[in-house]
Amino acid sequence: MSTPFLAGQLRPALVGVLALAALTGIAYPLSVTGLARAFFPRQAEGSLIRQNGEVVGSALIGQECTDPALFWPRPSATLDTDGKPRPYNAMASGGSNLGPSNPALGNAARTRMEALASLDSETQGSFPVDLVTASGSGLDPHLTPAAALFQVRRVARARGLPEDRVQSLVLRHTEPPQLGFLGAARVNVLKLNLALAELR
Amino acid sequence: MSPAWLQFVLYLLFLLLLSVPMGGFMGRVLEGERTFLHPVLGPLEGGLLRLMGVHDENMGWRSYALAILLFNLIGGLALYTLLKAQALLPLNPDHMGPVATDLAINTAVSFTTNTNWQAYSGETTLSYLAQMAGLAVQNFLSAATGLAVLAALIRGFARRESESLGNAWVDLVRSTVYILLPLSLVFALVMVSQGVVQTLSGAIRTASGQLIAVGPVASQVAIKMLGTNGGGFFNANAAHPFENPTPLSNFLQTLAILLIPAGLCHTFGRLVKDRRQGWALLAAMTLLFLGALAMVSTLEARPNPQLTRVGVLQPAGNMEGKEVRFGVAGTSLFATATTAASCGAVNGMHDSLSPLGGLLPLWLMQLGEVVFGGVGSGLYGMLLFAMVGVFISGLMVGRTPEYLGKKLEAFEMKMVSIAILLPPAIVLVGTAAGVLLPSALSSISNPGPHGFTQVLYAFSSAANNNGSAFAGLNANTPFYNFTLALAMLIGRYGTILPVLALAGSLGRKKITPKGPGTLPTHTPLFVATLVGVVLLVGALTFLPALALGPLAEQLSLR
Repeated sequence: MSTPFLAGQLRPALVGVLALAALTGIAYPLSVTGLARAFFPRQAEGSLIRQNGEVVGSALIGQECTDPALFWPRPSATLDTDGKPRPYNAMASGGSNLGPSNPALGNAARTRMEALASLDSETQGSFPVDLVTASGSGLDPHLTPAAALFQVRRVARARGLPEDRVQSLVLRHTEPPQLGFLGAARVNVLKLNLALAELR
Repeated sequence: MSPAWLQFVLYLLFLLLLSVPMGGFMGRVLEGERTFLHPVLGPLEGGLLRLMGVHDENMGWRSYALAILLFNLIGGLALYTLLKAQALLPLNPDHMGPVATDLAINTAVSFTTNTNWQAYSGETTLSYLAQMAGLAVQNFLSAATGLAVLAALIRGFARRESESLGNAWVDLVRSTVYILLPLSLVFALVMVSQGVVQTLSGAIRTASGQLIAVGPVASQVAIKMLGTNGGGFFNANAAHPFENPTPLSNFLQTLAILLIPAGLCHTFGRLVKDRRQGWALLAAMTLLFLGALAMVSTLEARPNPQLTRVGVLQPAGNMEGKEVRFGVAGTSLFATATTAASCGAVNGMHDSLSPLGGLLPLWLMQLGEVVFGGVGSGLYGMLLFAMVGVFISGLMVGRTPEYLGKKLEAFEMKMVSIAILLPPAIVLVGTAAGVLLPSALSSISNPGPHGFTQVLYAFSSAANNNGSAFAGLNANTPFYNFTLALAMLIGRYGTILPVLALAGSLGRKKITPKGPGTLPTHTPLFVATLVGVVLLVGALTFLPALALGPLAEQLSLR
């Protein structure tokens, strides 16, 4: 039996915390950083998309967009440092945290629907849910295919393109569920908009 | 079969299949047997123990408990110091200042107790060094603490007339070196392959001026899932695309939450030399899990009546607070697993779950997180309920209750009762304080019954060391930082101490041979009893509170 006294346990406790901290807090993350850079350099730095040597964004992080001639991402509830709304603030991720019974949830959806309808007078009723609700991260890079197709008419008209060409672009950018059963079909909005700019 | 159910079935299949080798491996490590990792990591273990001056001395329960407490105390103080000093230290590319005192205390307690309640938001508060060498270290050490306490309790059952529960230092070092560290290293790299970032450069600026926070995320995500810690690198936790970028990363992270807890059931069976005992506990956990998962996924797939009324089409289900790449299925699976375990990571905002879809994660925590549960803590929690089950069965037939040949007497049942009833007491008292004190009320962000649920969720999460939140609640106030820190401390050590005392008392007993009157504890009948006891204790304790929150909200929703 060891003594239950403090003195005998103090050394293993102090040395244990320090040594294990060095192992799990320094050696481990630095090894992961090194190995990640060696094997998956693109993912490790943030799956960045570059055009003409400039970083235009990350394939994983959505960007705010209110241009009628581009596809809009989902609403985002992220805030600025002063607490004012600033959608797609990738320095402060977060959701709206509105409860399901909170009237603000219905009001936010209605405001968003009015904004969408004001740019496309033929739109009526039946708005896709992800286009009027905020994501959990506030940085969701995706839309459901329904929400992307919903915007085809507006985008096509604003760009003076035939609707079927824009629609087929959306379909080409629709990713199926991963491995066939994980997640749902989805469209990456940033990649779609970059491809749209190439479309003549 | 719909893709959602295919995902759930494959999830359980993988979990149960992987739990067998995982459990066997952990059993060998805790018993000090050689494993395939010993040629590489053996010298590391030996070196650490020599440095600490430990020679595998036998410890009684008091020494064991003292070692655990001291280890956590020093770990917590080191973390607190680092949070206060981060501005003066390296690896702070985005220039974070020192953390406020009440928040630093709350955070240090939170990570030391395996809770990972986060009253701060990572990307605006903490330096890379504080995340890596502060938080992630406690992710490892608090999980190792859970494993060590469980090992001691299992030895109490397995050993006969013995004062010794093993050596806490050896258990802590072996758990970290052989189990947590290698698994995390592999898992972190798999996560990077899916798109989780791992870099020490500061935020990225795009051509259009968008600033994007990055960091050493993968290394932290790996241990936060495997160690059932749950503390996100970013504020949005596993909803953030850099923490959980694809449906596959989501599936694997959800698997990682329950891998060690499920495996430990087999470790238990192996160490008490009756594998059927481990399978029985695993069966009870799986049944409870399946029930909860089926309900959450069904409820979340339903449209929100408020949105239906204004003309929103909701074939995708309740999408507020959810990510498109996970959808309702991936979010429901994650929400169920994270609250069944003591993980607390979230891949969608629980505050925006439907009223009853949010009730289930809340209730899973309130049951004591024994459905798989936290690393170590889940199984020692479930063993407490098994003892209650045996005790009630014993009362019904008028025999002294026995579990695994150990007679359960007054002292054991006292310890069991304390460990089971203390967390619920803190939850209910804390919630009452949160809704009675005017200064606390201003933290509530949603009106009506949902506001009450936010407070109930916070205390349920803290006292059961979960860490997930109805995050609209403004918890970064002195009231919540201090009361929740207290709740986390009592919830963690108010369970660990009775469990270790119980282990000590059980270890001293002899093992009664099985007789015709012995209640078998590996049968479907006992599994049903165990499920019944867990549900009954949880329902009796919390139904009134749940009626005031989520049930009232559901009735008001139209």
